[in-house]
Amino acid sequence: MYKITKKEQLSAVVWLMELDAPQVAAHCEPGQFVIVRTSEEGERVPLTICDYNRETGSLTIVFQPLGVATEKLLEYGVGDELADVVGPLGLASELVDEDPEVLKNMKILFVAGGVGTAPVYPQVKWLHEHGVDADVIIGARNKDLLFFENEMRAVAGNLYITTDDGSYVRKGLVTDVITDLIENQGKKYDRCICIGPMIMMKFCTLTTKKYDLPTIVSMNPIMVDGTGMCGACRLTVGDEIKFACVDGPEFDGHKINWAEAMKRMQMYKTEEGRAKLAYEEGKTHHGGCGHCH
Amino acid sequence: MAIEKKPRVPVREQAPEVRAHNFDEVCLGYNEEEAVAEASRCLNCKNPLCVQGCPVNIAIPRFIEQVKERHFEEAYHIITESSALPAVCGRVCPQESQCEGKCIRARIDEPIAIGKLERFVADWAKENHIRPTGAEKTNGHKVAVIGSGPAGLTCAGDLAKLGYEVTIFEALHKAGGVLSYGIPEFRLPKDRIVAEEVKNVESMGVKIVTDFIVGKSMTIDELMEEEGFEAVFIGSGAGLPMFMGIPGENANGVFSANEYLTRNNLMKAYRDDYDTPIYKAKKVVIVGGGNVAMDAARTALRLGAEVHLVYRRSLEELPARKEEVHHAMEEGIIFDVLCNPTEILVDEETGWVKGVRLIRMELGEPDASGRRRPVPVEGSEFEVECDAVIMSLGTSPNPLISSTTAGLDINKKKCIVAEEATGETSKTGVYAGGDAVTGAATVILAMGAGKAGARGIDEYIRSKG
Repeated sequence: MYKITKKEQLSAVVWLMELDAPQVAAHCEPGQFVIVRTSEEGERVPLTICDYNRETGSLTIVFQPLGVATEKLLEYGVGDELADVVGPLGLASELVDEDPEVLKNMKILFVAGGVGTAPVYPQVKWLHEHGVDADVIIGARNKDLLFFENEMRAVAGNLYITTDDGSYVRKGLVTDVITDLIENQGKKYDRCICIGPMIMMKFCTLTTKKYDLPTIVSMNPIMVDGTGMCGACRLTVGDEIKFACVDGPEFDGHKINWAEAMKRMQMYKTEEGRAKLAYEEGKTHHGGCGHCH
Repeated sequence: MAIEKKPRVPVREQAPEVRAHNFDEVCLGYNEEEAVAEASRCLNCKNPLCVQGCPVNIAIPRFIEQVKERHFEEAYHIITESSALPAVCGRVCPQESQCEGKCIRARIDEPIAIGKLERFVADWAKENHIRPTGAEKTNGHKVAVIGSGPAGLTCAGDLAKLGYEVTIFEALHKAGGVLSYGIPEFRLPKDRIVAEEVKNVESMGVKIVTDFIVGKSMTIDELMEEEGFEAVFIGSGAGLPMFMGIPGENANGVFSANEYLTRNNLMKAYRDDYDTPIYKAKKVVIVGGGNVAMDAARTALRLGAEVHLVYRRSLEELPARKEEVHHAMEEGIIFDVLCNPTEILVDEETGWVKGVRLIRMELGEPDASGRRRPVPVEGSEFEVECDAVIMSLGTSPNPLISSTTAGLDINKKKCIVAEEATGETSKTGVYAGGDAVTGAATVILAMGAGKAGARGIDEYIRSKG
């Protein structure tokens, strides 16, 4: 069992949890993920590692409740125990293996969207600790959905914030900021790392393609075991089939077949929708189904 | 003296039309009277070929003799001298090509139902709360076993009997490996059988750590250098599912058998009290002809689908156990043999499977495996409608361990290289066996490899002094 040691609401829809998972904390690197299961009947939910402390054995995850599994996770509080936390899974970010001298001369741009801000943070922090200050763009639909502004500012070179509705700092999409930085502000980048909703990562790669800016994305497709066994997370990268769990989760964003990847995300929508409805009706016990006695 | 003909005692099963709609066990097994009657058919051969046919060399005539005398507990102890998982083997071993395949009685009428007798003895022991015991005291030597499937459980059980302090590291949240995630409930009940067999291994003193992925949570070198394990046995299993490489394979509704079975078996998607989603198809095409294909087909059937099993050779070449094929046919699986998919047809709008294009095959000259090679019949392509396709084409080894363990040799197929008799690998103190070494095979062959690994590790540690 894995105890929850901290729970914090980061934005209107995003939550943070710190877990006591020393085995994972001792071995994980930025870019990797864990699989969390609340209880025996629960699903295995892949969540990117957001932070870790090797001394205290604590592991930070950040999630946005969307389906039954993450809704259930939200019901857990400080002191409660989760049935399973498995990891670290997947490969570490390529940056971790890069020669530190090469890294120091590299101009890196991070693009974070929505809940994707969480997995961007440990990478920027890791670079900062290794003497590299990367630029970071955080995009959110509105001010209420923004989080980690101060945390990110402490470890980033320049931090650019944009909101879709203009309710904070500036109005526009992350792609507008990328274009502005490169076209108007004379910025030159050697690499872009983009993590966020799939649609945002897709448009980000379309924009960076125009500037021949190599772009890494972190994929979070449907998964079951997370160790390569089920193949549910397969995606087409260039002309190869890759498994996000063992070959990723980070890939060359310019090679991803986005249309296919986005369709695959819809695979269990009907079943999940039904399950969520049943779960919510079960909670309130008056779902209006007409079958109650 | 001529031996009187006396056919096998038939085993009771759920009727096909009933079991096609539930996940309860198909075979109901022998009761005491049936078991004793079947045991009395055994000729108790002086030179028992059945024992040679068993990959773990169970003393078959000895245990059957005890069943005949109604000494069921003695029978159990004789079996557990050689096998840590008799309730599993009695259910899933391909007996027809092993022990029963060699039975002399087959020359008179029918071979002894050795598998059903083994199952009876193991189930009787469970009902009577008889568990195997480990060594009285430990020898102080620590051994790590990677994977809690048949190879790992067997290796751990044998080492525990010899007094070793054994810890099994399991990547999933539940022990059992393929017994838990792969083989369906209707063939191998999880709580009643698999969990109990795992408990038996624990009762011998073996510790099982779940949620621990060797190669990620910790490497083999760390286990040996930092955690004090003197030897390691790798029984990490089969690995990554293979796909055909045909157009449309990543469409929604195309699943690997591993995914489909894991959702249903390990994650219990068929039960309302679990959250796991599974797609309940109307018409499914299963591609493949092994035991896993049969399991996927019969699972889809129970979830309400019309199921077509597509296999590129003929019925005679089906690699699955005879009993599974027989059960599948009884339940109404439609076998479309001598066919092979060339394309998955996809609804462009939804991204969902709408059918499969198949080509007819004919059998040509025998290939390296000795089976006649299937050759496509030109111009014979046709389309079949379906809303799900399950690929059951085997697996390729998982690189998690080989890529994180320096000095561990793998072969061209990326399987770990290990000596058959001892499980010894290229890395000192590291042994391996089961699907990680051979590629996908059977439960009992993995158990045989687990036994070999235990022997190898015992010799290695004793030689170190």
